[in-house]
This record gives sequence, structure tokens and C-alpha cells, in this order.
Amino acid sequence: MPTLKIDGKDIAVPAGTSIIEAAKKAGTFIPHYCYHPGLSVAGNCRMCLVEVEKSPKLQISCFIPVADGMVVHTENDRVKEAREAVLEFLLVNHPLDCPVCDQSGECELQNYYMNYGLYESRLFEDKVKKEKVVPIGPTVMLDGERCVLCSRCVRFCDEVTGTHEMGIVNRGDHAEITVAPGKELDNAYSGNTVDICPVGALTDRDFRFKCRVWFLEKTSSICPGCSRGCNIEIHWNKERPYQTPNERVMRLKPRVNPEVNQWWICDEGRYNYHFIDQNRVLYPMKNNGKDLVQASWQEVMEEGSWVMKELQNTAVIVSTDVTLEDLWIAKELFIHKLGIQTIAYLPTKKSGEEDHLLRKSDKTPNTKGAQALGFEAKANEIFSLAEAGKIKTLILFGHNLIDLLGKERAQKIAEKVDSMVWIGSNQHEGMNLAKWIIPSSVYAEKDGTFMNYEGRVQRIFKAFPALGESKAEWQILKEWAQHIGINLPYENSSVIFEKMVQAESAFNGMSYQKLGEEGVLLNDSKDEGRGTMDDGRKKHVL
Amino acid sequence: MSACPKILSQHFDVPNAHKIEVYCSRGGYTSARKVLTEMGAEQVIEEVKKSNLRGLGGAGFPTGMKWGFIPRQSKKPCYVVINADEGEPGTFKDRYILCLDPHALIEGVIIACFAVKSHKAFIYIRGEYVEPVRIFRGAVEEAYEKGFLGKGIFGTDYSLDLIIHVGAGAYICGEETALLDSLEGKKGFPRLKPPFPAVKGLFNSPTVINNVETLACVPHIINKGAEWFSKLGCEKNGGTRLYSVSGHVKKPGLYELPLGTSLKEIIYEHAGGIRQDLILKAVIPGGISSSILKANEIDIRMDFNSLAAAGTMLGSAGIMVMDETTCMVKALLVATRFFAHESCGQCSPCREGTGWILKIVERIWEGKGRPQDLDNLIDISQNIEGNTICAFGDAAASPVISYIKKFRGEFEHHIKTGSCDLVEAALK
Ligand code: SF4
Ligand code: SF4
Ligand code: SF4
Ligand code: FES
Repeated sequence: MPTLKIDGKDIAVPAGTSIIEAAKKAGTFIPHYCYHPGLSVAGNCRMCLVEVEKSPKLQISCFIPVADGMVVHTENDRVKEAREAVLEFLLVNHPLDCPVCDQSGECELQNYYMNYGLYESRLFEDKVKKEKVVPIGPTVMLDGERCVLCSRCVRFCDEVTGTHEMGIVNRGDHAEITVAPGKELDNAYSGNTVDICPVGALTDRDFRFKCRVWFLEKTSSICPGCSRGCNIEIHWNKERPYQTPNERVMRLKPRVNPEVNQWWICDEGRYNYHFIDQNRVLYPMKNNGKDLVQASWQEVMEEGSWVMKELQNTAVIVSTDVTLEDLWIAKELFIHKLGIQTIAYLPTKKSGEEDHLLRKSDKTPNTKGAQALGFEAKANEIFSLAEAGKIKTLILFGHNLIDLLGKERAQKIAEKVDSMVWIGSNQHEGMNLAKWIIPSSVYAEKDGTFMNYEGRVQRIFKAFPALGESKAEWQILKEWAQHIGINLPYENSSVIFEKMVQAESAFNGMSYQKLGEEGVLLNDSKDEGRGTMDDGRKKHVL
Repeated sequence: MSACPKILSQHFDVPNAHKIEVYCSRGGYTSARKVLTEMGAEQVIEEVKKSNLRGLGGAGFPTGMKWGFIPRQSKKPCYVVINADEGEPGTFKDRYILCLDPHALIEGVIIACFAVKSHKAFIYIRGEYVEPVRIFRGAVEEAYEKGFLGKGIFGTDYSLDLIIHVGAGAYICGEETALLDSLEGKKGFPRLKPPFPAVKGLFNSPTVINNVETLACVPHIINKGAEWFSKLGCEKNGGTRLYSVSGHVKKPGLYELPLGTSLKEIIYEHAGGIRQDLILKAVIPGGISSSILKANEIDIRMDFNSLAAAGTMLGSAGIMVMDETTCMVKALLVATRFFAHESCGQCSPCREGTGWILKIVERIWEGKGRPQDLDNLIDISQNIEGNTICAFGDAAASPVISYIKKFRGEFEHHIKTGSCDLVEAALK
């Protein structure tokens, strides 16, 4: 391994590592615009210039690989002056409309100007005018004047999605980002261009002008949109609730996980957050034969002691939207304590599009988890039993029977079943078939874990309290067990996880702490195959 | 006047010089035939190395060495690309070869391709060269008809196709890697190096890129020997050079002279001196990208080292002569307008800097200059210099820095008075 000196610090890195990555390892941040570890090197912004001893010119650290004995300076006067000069160039034609720019607060022009610029303007000339507010696709808005032409967005569409919608036209300071004639930026991953755009040139049409970013609270989570389990951050409005009444979540952003999603998420997942704040089931309800009317927890707990009554005729269908913790409590209660055999898992959503990049056809986050805990895919058997009048109580976890089975069959099942109990978070037509409605919280309101398609267990964190009277599924089941005299002595999800690990050998050795940032593969004893952010794509992703 | 044998331009005056019969009648294509039938590829490369032929597009890289860089065992095809995108202002040598001796170039291409085992060559001709394109196209067709291009050349099993590509008008496509991008159908953006084209060039394959003038020398080297050729020049630099002389001289035009000929001699003897016998003011020695020389600096040998020592360069050997009636502010305006227009726009310093510089110079020209403008111009240029992807950035900076440093008084006067009465005074 070549050893080099960066600002006086010795560091050994694998041959072929760029100076910028070596510096990162040494704890030195080198400012950059065009460089992105997930894309090819363009070397066009020149922000990452550093001095390499024995090279007459400054070198771009994103491109130059380390060499043994190399001596690099990233903070000397020569480098600082060059950086300042590059910033000055980038701002020559910049419209300086930061006050009305969505990127404000997370813009690398602003950040670097404060850190490396702070020069006095010597610009007296008119600026080049370019088009602003150009909707280049359903998700992205382009402001040509704010663009620093780093070409990240172009490279993303060329190299990651391979869809080639974007390009640069014209020369010199008239060069502009645009979409190819007759094309739109409408690939399944278009929102990522906004994330990687270092400035306010590409903004998200879904997020524009909703909230200043400095009012956003950020919570780590896992996208529940499919079984990939992309790592995300939930950005929610904490301090200015009046800005966006009744909406807490403002946007989702990818969180880097080289093992799962690298730097990206799909648009389906990205814009799949409105359900968190909209159309929620806020309190327990019961069906009075005509309508669903509000009920108290006491009522649903007591009057609904269905399982006690008809134990041999009870069936449970858990969903794959809930956490491992929820599922394990369901297993504890229904299988171990109550001995129910007619229990199955069923995704609440129909399968959808899959591609070679991230998206998986299973549009729920925890199918593998349900399987790992021993739930079987025999929901259809249960439905047939129900149709045949052999099920008295049917407990569903958020499923929309009308959507899944068609109206006719769903209604038939509802008629044959005495008590249909529906534990879920969001209202839909199928919910009306139930006799009892119990409101559950959504993933953003929970601590817990999901297991993705390859068996990776990853953590989600509670961003904010559950809406209305809703509760996590494990809590609902625990309280309800109490009503029928069963004690499930778990106070929080981490205790449940510990118990689950003890009980289920496949989870051996796992703990919340060990799941860390990248999650842990089921029964994965060796870690060698794990990548770091530096060594590019992993085959299961691309 | 030095007695120098003309090589490249010796037949320019022959009627119908561009016709294949005319070319063949003076022994044309015999060197290519000799190479294909009697010589090995390595032998050809050795010969060119010995001749000390250097790239005549501007960079001056030894040609034989360049050919030698092509990996021998590559699984990919190897390409030869001829850079005929002659766009450097003040330069018009390649155009003469394309029009007046196209077959010498084609013959050079055949030899080069054989030497690097390539079966496909592309010539990228400047889009504005409508007439040269027409003539050269005709020459290529003739060569195909004669069987000098195509399958089984000269009865050997060697085949070669030469494809003509006409540029779309961007100066930057003369930069060899931008040229490759453009040939591939992309926007012409210079590439980061390494990898160099010899390893990863056109369509990611090993590629040799040579200038027109360079390849046109090759048949002569084969015919008359590397030693003869190397002796024509000076140390490490074989052959002659085509100097394009333009501007305020009595006889502007193309002059083939040895490398190292004095600039003064070229201007005053070959090009007939300054028009109307006015006083010389400044000379650009190697195309617009080279730093300007003042009248008292022209007693200088036109070779790589002497010009470098004087802070400028031989470049494309496009000599632009300015007499005392030239306003240096205007001259700089023309140069900066060119660079601002032609910057590919890829890297920040060049993209933004060239446009910014132009606006300042324009303002000075319009009589609205400010005293700090000159220092700012130099500083901006120095911030571009050395910090860009390709050499264009340096090229754009050099006129600004050299014109202002050498003619600062005139610029200051212009800023102060808002006009250029210095020039008017000279004209009286
Ligand atoms: S739009 Fe953004 S990502 Fe694309 S080139 Fe411009 S600054 Fe870079
Ligand atoms: S690929 Fe799946 S997990 Fe990833 S963002 Fe899209 S929907 Fe979410
Ligand atoms: S220096 Fe200028 S011409 Fe060269 S790559 Fe950069 S922007 Fe393009
Ligand atoms: S980050 Fe290195 S040149 Fe842009």
C-alpha cells in the first residue's frame, strides 16, 4: 500500500485511491463540486486543487491517484488562493438569488464561500442570463443560472440509469445543462439528480418552497417502498409546523449504504411519504352494520376478545410492512401462546416493477423478515377457509382485501367471518369490511428493524410520535394479550429484538448496536464481502 | 537568406498538384509502396524516430516515439486520426497541404497506419475548410480508385480505409482529445489525461493522432532517408517548418524554412518587411495562443527552446505581424473575444474566466475602463493559467498577460483617455 503525507499526516491507502479519498481517510476534507464517489471523474470544477510536491502545477485531487512517498498540501496559501479563485469564477455568472433558492442552507456554493471564499467582489460586468424555472421532467426543476456545470446530473443519467436524458449545450460561459430534444428527465431514479446537484440548479418539484431546510429535523430510516430496503433519511418539519399544516414529513433523502443502495433511492420510494401524514386512521372504530364509528380502546380490547371466544376458528394474516419486532410479538402471541395454526403473511401491496439497479418487485419492506420468523405464505388457504365459513375471526394487518382479492371475493369473506379485525394505519375501501378497526403507527413513528430481500437486518428510528391514538403493532398486541391474561413483558423494541435474537437462531449474535450503519446479514458470519464507500458498486446493486 | 530545400511546399506551384497522376508522375506513392512491400512496421517506426520528426500541430512531440507507444498486443483495433482541424488564428499551413499536395498526406497516412498496424484512419477537417474538404475528398477517391486505399493495397494483404470527417466549427475540437469526443459523436470536450490516446483513444482503442503537416513529411523521410531529414533541422528536430505569415507585411503567405530561422529574417526578408514601410510594433510568433513579442524582441530563432526562453512558443508557427497603427487594446479585444467564444465551457476557470476577461476588455475598449482593470485582468488570467483540463486555458491567458505587460502604458492611456490616440498619432 502506498504511503503518502497529507498536510503532514502519514496515511497508507490502497494503490489507485485518489488523493481526495485518501485525504478523507486521513480526516481531511477537500472541497469539491464535480467529484462524486458514485460517478466517473470529470475533473471540471477545479475546486479540489491541491499541491503535490514535485509537480509544478496544482493537481486535482479527485483525479490524481496516490503514489508512494507523495507529499500533498491541501491547506497552504497556494491552494487556498486557487480555491478562492475557483469560487470567484463560479460566482461570476451566478445570479446570487440565494434568498429564494430552495438549496439555500445546503448549497456548496454558500458553504464553500463561507469556508474558503470570503473575498471582496471585483465583478463589475453584467452576468450571462440563462433560463430559470424550467421543469425538465415530472420531478425536477432546472435553474440554468445557478448551475456550476459540474456534470454530475449528466453523468448520473449516463452511468447509473443509462438513460442519457441530460447533456450540456453551448460553449464557454453560455454552456447550459438541458435535456435532450424531445426528452424529459423522467427515469425511475430522477430525484437523485437533485441530491447530487451541489447547488440550487436542480430542485425537487415535490419539495420546492415547502420548507427552509434549516427547519428540518433528520431521522435515519429504511425505505418501506420495496424489499431492497434502501437507507433513507426522513426530513421532517419540527420547528415551523404552521408552514405546512398537518404535514410533518417534507421529503425523503437517500442515506449512503454501499451494501444496499449506495447513494441512491428510486423515485417511487422517494415520493412515497405522504401516507405518513395523510389519510391516517386516528382512533379505534367499530362497524355498526352501516358505518364505521369511533370506539374506545377499552371497547376494542374488551368486546373484541374474539380470539378467546373462537380460538379454534381464528386466523391471522400479518403484513410485511411491519417491523421484525411487530412480527415477533405476533408470533409469540398467536403461535406460541395461543397456538393458532391458521396464520400467514401476505404483503399488503401487489408486486410491481423491478430493475437491475435498486427496485424490487416486492413492494413491501419485510417479507424476508416474515419468512425468517417462520410465517408462511398461505394466506390464500386462509381466504378459502374463510369463504367456506370455517373462520370466525380474521385478523388482518392493514391489508386491503378489495384490492388484493377483488370486491366480490372480499365481500364474501367479510360476510362469512363473524369478526374481521383490521389493524392498520391508512384508510382504504377494504377497511370498511372489518368489524373492528385498530389504528397502528407507521414506520416513521416506530423504532425497529426490517429485513431486506437478501436477509439484511436494518434499523428504523422513530422520528416523531404516532398520530392520534395509533400505536405500534407490537404494542397493540401486547395490550390486547394483557386483556386476555397473557403477559408479554416487553417495554420497547430493543428488548423485543434481544428476545427475538435469543429465540431465533438465524439472528444469532445480532443486536441493535451491531446493526450499525450498514445492517447485518442474516446468518452472515463473515464480513469480508462488505465494501467501503470507496470501492464502487457492488454486484448485487448494479 | 538561408538556402533551404523545400520539402512540403516544393510542388505547390505545379499545375494540378492535387491530382493523383501529377503526384504519381513525380514518384508519388513509391515510398508507401516501398514500406508496404519491403519494410516491417518496426523498421518504419525506427526510421521515423531517427528522422527526428516532431509533431507540427503545436506540441512538438517526437512522432516516432508517439507511434512506438501504441501497444503491440492490443485486442482492440488501433486507429490513426489526422488532425486537420486547423483553427489556430494566424495559421493556414495545413490548408495548403490539403489543397495543393493532398496525396503526400494520404501517402503519409498509409505509412503511419502500416507502422502502427491500423486499418482505419479518420481525418478530421475543419468545417470552414469547404474548398480543402472538396479537394481532399477528390484525392481520397482517386487513391481508392487506384487501389492505394481500400483492400489489398499495392497487391499486399494490407487494407486501409480513410474516413473524412468534417468538423462543425468548434476550435476546441482541434485539441486532440476533444477531437476524439467529437469524432465519436459527442460534444467536443477535452479529456482528462491519462489515459493518453495511445492507450485509450478513439472508441476506447489505441489511437495515434497526428497533424497534417507531420504526416505529409513522412513520405519524404522514407524516400530520402531519416538522416537526410534530420539534418535539415536542428538537434532533435528534423525537417523544415511551414510558417504562416499574416498581418502587416508586404508579402503575407506560407513560407517553408528551416526550424530556427530568425523571426526577423522571416518578416523582413521572406515576407518583404512591413507594409508601407511603417514601424513594426509587435509580433505573435506561434498562433494566437502564444505570447506576443515586442518589435525589439524579434531577433530570435524560431525554435522551441529559443522562443520558450523568450516567454513565448513556436506553437503552430503562425506569425502575426502588427505595425505601429495597431491598437493593442483592440488587438487584445479580438484575441479575448476568440477565446471567450471558443472555450469549451467544461472547466470553471476557463469557462467563466474567458467570458469575464472579454467583458472587461470590451469595457476598456468602449472607453469605460477603470484603473484596477489591468491588474484584475492579469490576476484573472493567472488564476486560469495552469488550473484547467486542457492547454486552452493557458492559451487564453497568455495574450492577456503578455499584451498588458508589454504594452501597459498604452492600456493605461486608453483607460485614462477613453480612446486610442496613440495609434492615431502614429498614423499621422
Ligand atoms: S444542474 Fe447541478 S448537477 Fe447538473 S451540472 Fe449543473 S450544478 Fe451540476
Ligand atoms: S428501491 Fe425500493 S427501497 Fe429503494 S427507494 Fe425504491 S422503493 Fe425504496
Ligand atoms: S481549459 Fe477551457 S477549453 Fe480546455 S477543457 Fe477547460 S473549459 Fe474546455
Ligand atoms: S472535484 Fe476535482 S475537479 Fe471537481
